[in-house]
Amino acid sequence: MGLIDEVIKGNPRAAARVMRLIEDGVPEAREALKRLYPYTGKAYIIGITGPPGAGKSSLVDRLVEEFRKQGKKVGVVAIDPTSPFSGGAILGDRIRMQRHSTDPEVFIKSLATRGHLGGLSKAADDVIQVMDAMGKDIIMVETVGVGQAEVDIVKTADTTMVVTVPGLGDDIQAIKAGILEIADLFVVNKGDKPEADKTVRELEVMLDMSPPREDGWKPPILKVSAIKGEGIGELMEALQGHRKFLETSGRFESYRKDRVAHSFENLLKDKLFYMVMSKLKENGTYEKLLEDMFTKRKDPYSVIDKLRCQCILDLENN
Amino acid sequence: MGGTERKVKILVAKPGLDGHDRGAKVVARALRDAGFEVIYTGLHQSLDQIVHAAMEEDVDAIGISILSGAHMYVFPTLINMLREEGLDDIVVFGGGIIPTDDIPELEKAGVKKIFLPGTPLEEIIEWVKENVKPRTVSL
Repeated sequence: MGLIDEVIKGNPRAAARVMRLIEDGVPEAREALKRLYPYTGKAYIIGITGPPGAGKSSLVDRLVEEFRKQGKKVGVVAIDPTSPFSGGAILGDRIRMQRHSTDPEVFIKSLATRGHLGGLSKAADDVIQVMDAMGKDIIMVETVGVGQAEVDIVKTADTTMVVTVPGLGDDIQAIKAGILEIADLFVVNKGDKPEADKTVRELEVMLDMSPPREDGWKPPILKVSAIKGEGIGELMEALQGHRKFLETSGRFESYRKDRVAHSFENLLKDKLFYMVMSKLKENGTYEKLLEDMFTKRKDPYSVIDKLRCQCILDLENN
Repeated sequence: MGGTERKVKILVAKPGLDGHDRGAKVVARALRDAGFEVIYTGLHQSLDQIVHAAMEEDVDAIGISILSGAHMYVFPTLINMLREEGLDDIVVFGGGIIPTDDIPELEKAGVKKIFLPGTPLEEIIEWVKENVKPRTVSL
């Protein structure tokens, strides 16, 4: 098991190989994750989300620079969409992060969504685990360009940053439920544009109208220009501010416990799904059930109810 | 548990100084449409950057587009660097303005295939399908 020891030592080549196993869902990936799990939980995870073209990658590039100045080891997970038609993908987020591409303490990994909805990729959480185990202090996760409902990131990140830009539409867009409710921090990028102040004001109004958050945190709004490097210092302070808030309010731990539950539940769902499916597909039952449902001889609800019973019996037999 | 799905990953890179990336983009897009995962890193890549990206992204192949005339330096140097990093199982192929006379020497250096201008995209895709497989790894 030399590869795993190398990951724990921080060897990027070993880490890259393990991440690939995870992405491809190769059975050994699970063995790797088992061994890495005790070494995880130390990294601080920052999520960056927002619509396509908001400048998420450029912003990540700036933040990498700042964290590197502080001597932090940084991991970046950048997610781009898989084509639903061909199954292929073009992963281009690295283009904006070239300055850091040869820094041995910066690890950049591109992931394709591979059919997963919600803004992340199925492998994202596990890839983050690998970066964590290899000793990264900060892991930034850039979601695909999202609209209004892709909010997976909030379950993954300690701090979630929503990046927007001026001119995306009127303020009704900003009060629709969804990504604006998940922001611990708002970033108005391309802040050098004249309409940027209007966007900031609209966000302020929207926040004033929202009910206070259950945890008491008030998300700040930062105006930056990632390209020009303006406002980045203030953004770093705001990030630090949220981290302090989490730590002093005890939320840091409780959110992380939630995350353990969340990922356990996901694994469990997967396990049950595949247990049931492989059983069903064993002797052609599945095809027959589908046919029965299609012709209305059976309804899917009764089929599921019956399956559940059988599955529990199977579990007890194990 | 989530079902194994091995996908071929290809880094499409544009080393050096020339600023024409249309060809690289067309090929990247065609490879995507053929179902491959393509890491595209943009213009003006140093060989260091290319090797580092290939390592981090764990790609199975690197496709180099080169129009500057530096191919006799770029390809052998890249292949040596990959070897030094223990990444010699990555397939290297390329395309661009490359005199046919140079091709045998490039192939001897370890380049698996050179595509000349005018090559139909289908031919590139077929070649990749045939010659690039997900690299193996064991724990």
